Amino acid sequence: MTDTLTRPAAPARSGLGTLAAPRGTATKVAANVVLLVIALCFVLPMAWVLVASFDAEATLSFGLPDAVTTANFAAIMTPELTWLPLWNAFVLSAGSGAITVVVAVLAAYPLSRYRMRFGKYFLYSVLFGTCLPITAIMVPVYALFVQLNLLDSLPGTIFFMAATSLPMAIWMTKNFMDSVPISLEEAAWTEGASAMQALRRVVLPLMRPGIAVVFIFVFVQAWGNFFVPFVLLLSPEKQPAAVSIFAFFGQYGSVAYGQLAAYSLLYAVPVLGLYVLVTRISGSAFALAGAVKG
Amino acid sequence: MAVTSRGVARVVPLAPAVVLLALFMLGPVVWSFYGSFTNAALTGPAALSPEWIGFDNYAALVGDPDFPKSLWLTVVFVFLSAVVGQNVMGILLAGLLRSAVKPVRSIASTVVVAAWVLPEIVAAFAAYAFFHSEGTLNTLLGGIGITGPDWLYSTPMLAVILANIWRGTAFSMMVYSAALAEVPPELTEAAQLDGANGLQRLTWVTLPVIRRSISTNLMLTTLQTLSVFTLIYVMTGGGPGTDSSTLPILAYQEAFKFAQVGYGTAIATVMIIVGGIFSVIYIRALRPEVD
Repeated sequence: MTDTLTRPAAPARSGLGTLAAPRGTATKVAANVVLLVIALCFVLPMAWVLVASFDAEATLSFGLPDAVTTANFAAIMTPELTWLPLWNAFVLSAGSGAITVVVAVLAAYPLSRYRMRFGKYFLYSVLFGTCLPITAIMVPVYALFVQLNLLDSLPGTIFFMAATSLPMAIWMTKNFMDSVPISLEEAAWTEGASAMQALRRVVLPLMRPGIAVVFIFVFVQAWGNFFVPFVLLLSPEKQPAAVSIFAFFGQYGSVAYGQLAAYSLLYAVPVLGLYVLVTRISGSAFALAGAVKG
Repeated sequence: MAVTSRGVARVVPLAPAVVLLALFMLGPVVWSFYGSFTNAALTGPAALSPEWIGFDNYAALVGDPDFPKSLWLTVVFVFLSAVVGQNVMGILLAGLLRSAVKPVRSIASTVVVAAWVLPEIVAAFAAYAFFHSEGTLNTLLGGIGITGPDWLYSTPMLAVILANIWRGTAFSMMVYSAALAEVPPELTEAAQLDGANGLQRLTWVTLPVIRRSISTNLMLTTLQTLSVFTLIYVMTGGGPGTDSSTLPILAYQEAFKFAQVGYGTAIATVMIIVGGIFSVIYIRALRPEVD
């Protein structure tokens, strides 16, 4: 096993040994040291973004700045360069998040509550949809958007992004809904409430954290998505931050590294914040992967 | 009659989802199969009314030296960065985290997860700067007296593979952390009493117990890695030449740079079929959870 590992063999082996049963302190120390080394390797590329954004004379290499400055941020904080693309990213993400949540809740309700003959097949198709590599379909999607006259349309892109995150959202929402006991709805039904009233008044309030997790999940995915808006949105005034930051990289990336890093940081911070929020809501740092696991 | 109307009322809430999925997921897939048999282009007469050209695009694919090369690069990229890199790093990290002290555990898992949570374009810039000839890696190597090569130019595949391991390991780490937490300690303790060493316990006890998580994770990381576009596009642009053009990059370039939408669609169709095969295997493995 250790021979196939890419990391230094000796500490890795003792580390994996403790995976089965903890042994002496030497093993524990080795495990901690290896972890710190790996953490250092992982943090270096990200640390460049942070340091370069405050460096008056940033290069492509990580290095402590001679002069700390906020000039990089001041330079990029113009409406057309930053605020409009960030606003577009927000509209895209919030729009597709809201559509996805509403449609997923509606779809999850019958799937969770009724035994339907085709429900199983629907769930299989949904599961298949979660696997479909979206990158693979972008060329045909472009051709389809040309035919439907949806190219360069913000609503068209929002609905497409909602559709691509829908399979995962339905899967997650159904799992959250399954954990709401049906007996509460039965009480509502006996008092004459319709299925939709029971869903709105009884089920939804009980699964609010789950809905928040699904919304944030879709929002974060859409916020970080580069390829879809890159292909489907052509006019700069409609493009979200992910695309305009790439255009900035193409135009000034070879000279203004500090500004590129500052822009990247500004654009990444909301996502990092939302991730922390999700872990708070669901009580586990591994919430998103757990949801992905189904 | 009453049964039917109740049945209809029950499926109505599914309608919006069905419409969206049919239009934007099934639609492009069907279109992809159809478009790959046409000479669709970005501009000109072929853009407005593409003609049916049969298997010409696929014949061109087989004859084009770029396609087999790209297919091979995709296999190498997926195998080394996902199947080997992310999985081995993931299980290694998950194991190490269990025996680490709390501050080290939070630092390491936060850092690894951060690389995964970052928007992909920012992660791509960070990896670009790291592997650039004047980047952090070569500065570090320079510190110990080695003049590093221009990684992005001389070894582009190595650079994007390492970058993808860095970017994606968090997912495997989280899946395996959850799996290891569910291995009953009695099993490994019993093996230890029987005289099994650490390596034997891992091979014969721990790995078999978590084999379902391993197969699930292998499938998911393979599918995710198959569709990696932004990381490679920003770091190398598929170059130099086509030396790091995996299938997503090749499909994009054929369709939009060389305006051969039909040809690009044929490449996309190949990817959809490969992805579909992997998905079916994965879904069969998950079957008990649906039924």
